Amino acid sequence: MLRTEEMLLNVGPQHPSTHGVFRLVLKIDGEIIKEAKPVIGYLHRGTEKLAENLQYTQIIPYTDRLDYLAAMTNNYVLCHAVETMMDLKIPDRAEYLRVIAMELGRVASHLVWWGTYLLDIGAVSPFLYAFREREMIINMLNELSGARLTFNYMRVGGVKWDAPEGWIEKVDEFIPYMREQLKGYHDLVTGNEIFMNRVKGVGRYTKEDAINYSLSGANLRCTGVKWDLRKDEPYSIYDRFDFDVPVQEGGDAWARYHVRLAELEESLKILEQAVEQFPKEGEILAKVPKIIKAPKGEAYVRIESPRGEIGCYIASDGKKEPYRLKFRRPSFYNLQILPKLLEGENIANLIAILGAIDIVLGEVDG
Amino acid sequence: MSGEKDLEQLKKEAAEKAKAAALAKMKAKEASTEAATDKPMTDEEKAKAKAAAAAKAKAAALAKMKEKEQVEEEPSSSDDTDIAKQKAAAAAKAKAAAAAKAKAAALAKQQGGAEEAPAGDDEKAKAIAAAKAKAAAAAKAKAAALVKQQGGAEEAPAGDDEKAKAIAAAKAKAAAAAKAKAAALAKQQGGAEGTSAGDDEKAKAIAAAKAKAAAAAKAKAAAQGGTAGDDEKAKAIAAAKAKAAAAAAARAKAKPAEEEAPEELVPSPNQPYLDKYVKVIEEHLGKDVLEDFYINNLSKDVPTLVAKPENYYRIAEFLRYNEQLGFNYLSEFHGGDFETHMEVYAHLYSYNNRQSVALKVKIDREKPEVESLSKLWAGANWPECETYDLLGIQFKNHPNLYRIMLGDDWIGHPLRKDYEPYDVEV
Repeated sequence: MLRTEEMLLNVGPQHPSTHGVFRLVLKIDGEIIKEAKPVIGYLHRGTEKLAENLQYTQIIPYTDRLDYLAAMTNNYVLCHAVETMMDLKIPDRAEYLRVIAMELGRVASHLVWWGTYLLDIGAVSPFLYAFREREMIINMLNELSGARLTFNYMRVGGVKWDAPEGWIEKVDEFIPYMREQLKGYHDLVTGNEIFMNRVKGVGRYTKEDAINYSLSGANLRCTGVKWDLRKDEPYSIYDRFDFDVPVQEGGDAWARYHVRLAELEESLKILEQAVEQFPKEGEILAKVPKIIKAPKGEAYVRIESPRGEIGCYIASDGKKEPYRLKFRRPSFYNLQILPKLLEGENIANLIAILGAIDIVLGEVDG
Repeated sequence: MSGEKDLEQLKKEAAEKAKAAALAKMKAKEASTEAATDKPMTDEEKAKAKAAAAAKAKAAALAKMKEKEQVEEEPSSSDDTDIAKQKAAAAAKAKAAAAAKAKAAALAKQQGGAEEAPAGDDEKAKAIAAAKAKAAAAAKAKAAALVKQQGGAEEAPAGDDEKAKAIAAAKAKAAAAAKAKAAALAKQQGGAEGTSAGDDEKAKAIAAAKAKAAAAAKAKAAAQGGTAGDDEKAKAIAAAKAKAAAAAAARAKAKPAEEEAPEELVPSPNQPYLDKYVKVIEEHLGKDVLEDFYINNLSKDVPTLVAKPENYYRIAEFLRYNEQLGFNYLSEFHGGDFETHMEVYAHLYSYNNRQSVALKVKIDREKPEVESLSKLWAGANWPECETYDLLGIQFKNHPNLYRIMLGDDWIGHPLRKDYEPYDVEV
């Protein structure tokens, strides 16, 4: 009689498809995963502890290093928390620059996800296309902020730099180009039978599970929860734009794929409107004191990052440094459901499931 | 607070008196641009600016004067100014005789509307005359008089008097043929509503600003010493004028008022929700299960419940499963060390009712222990591990509480305020 034996399999921390330093200890029986134990913390830099000795403006560069694929939203969430506490009115031009920067970041982030996810499950060329387009965005953001990934662009009260001449036009030109490419993506991948077989029905969970496990972003919307903080708890100037919140009912990797690609289109819609409404002139920084002090008290704000709900909690005692700073990092929460998803799965699906969650380890470890 | 400030200021002054005049000038300029936009300044900046001013003045006379003004809270302000003026003039003369090197830069900057009073022009003329006199005295005096007027027609004649005095003093200095370098920056940015009392204050401030170093200390004293309405005004004006020092004072004064007012006037749109939550909880769980409840105005008006530690889990469970509340989503979970106590903060959301609530619990710092919420929300699992790891808060009945970030061999909990890093090698 054929007898199988349980064994331990270590995945990572240095494994190309974990997108960072993430380790999984798998207990497998043949091809079947009996138990998966994620090990995280390799990239823990103690951002929250460091922040307690830093002034608010000095913390912004640290936020770039959390979710380094969409640093603009991280910049924003910190500034937004302080601004909420100080009850600041942000100049229009600054808000538009922020929204454009954040939405470009979202497109870039989703492109990285799309490219690497397909790379993980065996399709090499989409990665090259995705990074070609992403490079254009990175270059634009570089022109805006002076950095390709760690932007350090936003400030409490506005942004650091105004858009250089002709920049808005570049964004404007990029939008139709990206739309065209998106069609190509669908032609290339979405209808591909091999791809469909790899992702359909894989990593499925219900709406109740998604909510129970505090999932957010595409991981939540793929189960049919129509929820986007840009729409439902509008911050910045998102209430001025007309866009949809794409949802899918499937709850599997296939649904998440569709949600993300549809979100690309919605982001382009927002960008289009933002470029159109972009004020010709105006301030890019509100009148703020040289040294920013949040009033005594505490605040928690949350916004929609490409990976889900990113939040920032500040407890202030009125000094120029926060007394306690906490980031709600969406990847950290989203990853929690992984052991549950992997249990009983075929080991070949491990990468397809992990990849579909779309984590960034800098954010998981904080 | 003001005691601290003074101390800090004195220290800075002592340290920076010796500093180059150039640096001082630069700082003063910075400060002026700052004040022009009505930006409140922080203690540090204020202290710096003051120190800079002192350094600029260099002259012992000015420093002395400043000290005096700080010590004496003027009972009737204009008298005080006059005395100060005279002192300044006398001191300057004495100093000049001693052949000190001081340069006087009086900068008159006029930035005003159509209402710029003729008096202002007079002042300009005088300032120019003064500069000429200085030059004639063959000193290497540099005089740039900076009077920035940005205000209503009410800019008081009293102010002019003061100005005249200050100029006279400057002239006296110049005549003494010293290489006195005095940079007087008087910036007027006053409100149109200046009443007579306000004008007095303004006048003082102008004079003070001209006397440079004295200005900062004095404006502050004036701003802190007075009574209600006039005081506010005086503060605002002085802030603009004397810039650095006064701005901070005005801010300190204005701030509490700002904080109190809106909270009381406008009830939060979330108040009915808070009332509802509290009502339902009290109906089902008893009257005194909550330690406190309020609307957190700083945090987008989120209704905030502070549970008593022994009822924390019951309340959380109730919030989760009661059909009227149904907070099925744990948005955020973390802890904090507030030195007197530890705190656990959870931000909950209901996808059915589209409403948020914040649940907090204060726990004993010596024995930080609280029930785990991971049975209610699976999403609380890792955040509780993180809270345990970084703060040392124990979660009872947690399925697998381990050091998720730092590892099992880490000593101490870094986010505690009394954390000391431990390293075997050190």
